[in-house]
Amino acid sequence: MKYTYFPGCSLKGLGRAYEESLLPVMRHLGVELAELDDWNCCGATAYMSVDEAKAGVLAARNLAIAEKAGPYDLLTPCSACYLVLNKTKHNITDFPEIRDTIHRALRSANLAYTGNTQVRHPLDVLVHDVGLDAIKSRVVRPLKGLKVAPYYGCQVVRPYSTFDDAWNPTTMDRLLAALGADVVPFPLKTKCCGGSLTGTVPEAGLRLTYILLKEAVRRGADVIATICPLCQFNLDAYHDQIDRRWGRTRIATVYFTQLMGLTFGFSPKQLGLNRNFVPMNPLATEPKAMAQRSQSVRGAP
Amino acid sequence: MRIQRTIKYEADRVRGFAKEIMGVSGCEQLQSCIQCGTCSGTCPLSIYMDFSPRQVMALVRADFKHEVLRSHTVWLCASCYACTVECPRQIRITDIMYALKQRAIKEGIYPKRFPIPILAKEFSEMVRSKGRITETLLVMRLFLKANWRAVLSSWRLGLGLIRTGRFVIRHERIERRAELATMLDAAGNGQVKPKEAA
Repeated sequence: MKYTYFPGCSLKGLGRAYEESLLPVMRHLGVELAELDDWNCCGATAYMSVDEAKAGVLAARNLAIAEKAGPYDLLTPCSACYLVLNKTKHNITDFPEIRDTIHRALRSANLAYTGNTQVRHPLDVLVHDVGLDAIKSRVVRPLKGLKVAPYYGCQVVRPYSTFDDAWNPTTMDRLLAALGADVVPFPLKTKCCGGSLTGTVPEAGLRLTYILLKEAVRRGADVIATICPLCQFNLDAYHDQIDRRWGRTRIATVYFTQLMGLTFGFSPKQLGLNRNFVPMNPLATEPKAMAQRSQSVRGAP
Repeated sequence: MRIQRTIKYEADRVRGFAKEIMGVSGCEQLQSCIQCGTCSGTCPLSIYMDFSPRQVMALVRADFKHEVLRSHTVWLCASCYACTVECPRQIRITDIMYALKQRAIKEGIYPKRFPIPILAKEFSEMVRSKGRITETLLVMRLFLKANWRAVLSSWRLGLGLIRTGRFVIRHERIERRAELATMLDAAGNGQVKPKEAA
């Protein structure tokens, strides 16, 4: 199984723990990843606010280089990248005028994109290509008794997702259950985390983040699992400001790939779990405690 | 108390504005809006907006250009696409918000010192020159331009990022920056419109 890998800017910066956990987990499952040659920023939501034509060209350069790399799907872990690349694919098909602009720009750099390369999220690839059975067979330390709130955020599931529902996605729920976790019903799983508003308009942005944290705590979750670098940052890095505004609401937020890595036997440090502001409860990550807990859970009525 | 007129005159409209926005690719469906308010109901940020998304749709369609472009609403849209997925008339509301943001930036009539459009501009400049974003450097540039006091209130966050090894101070950049510049120039400027509407 081979994919071209588009990390995006976040996985080299604030979200580097996502890459640090994604790569060993994929390797462990026999998935081969080749980083996209000289990839550029997808443009995210910000470039789209400034110039539509140039935003499309930014995304298309990556798609064209990916197509040149071979008949492999483009693995795109960041939600903003996933949305923008898929949106550009749709725009090229749906709007001849956008297609013309993009093709003209690509030609100026001797590039071309015919629309063949598919943009896939790791969650999709892991559950649908690798498969839950193959993942289960690698689990040596199940997350028995760990209550996990699955949080998907917005841009992977809306509006261009090819693998799950826009409001009630279940792919990660099933994956976490296969890892042995106790999946907490989390109705806010696709509610916006505030995006970049946490930094620009904290009154509004941080409130959205707070609502998610509060609800996860209220539902008894030990940890929130996320699939997006910006969601992870918002839910993890602003606890002191949120505490000051609305009271203490402590819960750790980790990448789903970090939880996978723990069950495969990797150490917390190998998976970038030391980069969290709010650390995951050591009871949840220590192999001995995990073994004990799964014992006691098994013994419980 | 300052007495202000709260009802608009017909003369406040800018004729042709609705047609221009509906002429942007993906925004054509706006004319079929039934003003049901589903967009405002699904929007997680509408409680902070000066005009609700439903009102923005009505204002655009009625040519109230200045009111829409000066509003905070378009900038508070976080692009979660909840409204777009729910709209019973398949209006791409998020894309209309983008078209309005692009117009506001192009004409320079967004709310002054409001950090969101400044972030968008700083972001696009960094991508143009380096090909990639270095988030920590981007945020520092934003603070310097929009609100330097924010640096002081965020020192704890900055220290946390240094402690967790996520504070990057070396610019991320691509190899073939000239190639990217050529492509961006070849794209031309602004909004892409179907030929008949241009």
